[in-house]
Amino acid sequence: MIRVQDDPFDPGAELNTFLARNPNSGGVANFIGQVRDFNSPDIDNIKSSPSLPKEMISSLELEHYPGMTEKELRRICDDAKSRWPLDDMIVIHRYGVMTPGDPIVLVCTAATHRGDAFAACEFVMDWLKTHAPFWKREHSSTGASWVEAKAVDDDRSARWNRSATESKNK
Amino acid sequence: MATTVLYFAWIKERIGTGEEHIEFSNDVSTVADAIGVLKQMSPQHADALHDMTRVRVAVDQTHVSFNASIKNAREIAFFPPVTGG
Repeated sequence: MIRVQDDPFDPGAELNTFLARNPNSGGVANFIGQVRDFNSPDIDNIKSSPSLPKEMISSLELEHYPGMTEKELRRICDDAKSRWPLDDMIVIHRYGVMTPGDPIVLVCTAATHRGDAFAACEFVMDWLKTHAPFWKREHSSTGASWVEAKAVDDDRSARWNRSATESKNK
Repeated sequence: MATTVLYFAWIKERIGTGEEHIEFSNDVSTVADAIGVLKQMSPQHADALHDMTRVRVAVDQTHVSFNASIKNAREIAFFPPVTGG
């Protein structure tokens, strides 16, 4: 199930509904993405320059491409289902204006065993970050700025291609 | 038949609109050809689309590369690398 919505959602309530719907799945994994309270351009530099000042975020605005967003999320879920034996999965993603601490995204995967549930959940998040048409704009005391895509997200997404090729070659 | 051209995020801001309907001539057959036409439309278009390493494209709501065909395309979208999740 895929939901792309302006309205806030309650990850706990969504997870309970998901669990109730899949009582026979031995392993259920989930990931929740929340709005951070400091801006992201510094994140890649934090390790090298821990003293770099962090800018506080007052709100986060998420734009998306209605129609393509849902199609792309469905393609990613179908891909996950073809890679791992899953009983069920949900992806909920918000758009619009959010404040720090608000849930942005929830992914739940249910399988017989935890390995498949963990892997599918991580795969869906990595591919969503690099393929689903969403764009973040951060608002702070100094104004608004569009968030730049990060190379680390491309790397995380690409490793699933590598592992797919490797398993085919076995 | 006019093709719907969509822009998102900072590309939309720089061009000043999120949607245009454009009649491409028959010799415009790829995304790269279409970008060439769009860049001629205004200084804002030229500015928004000048650095193609910062632009991604979808044809009929599917990610494609710049050499993809736009023949029979109903919708072409230009946007920065995505930053959801």
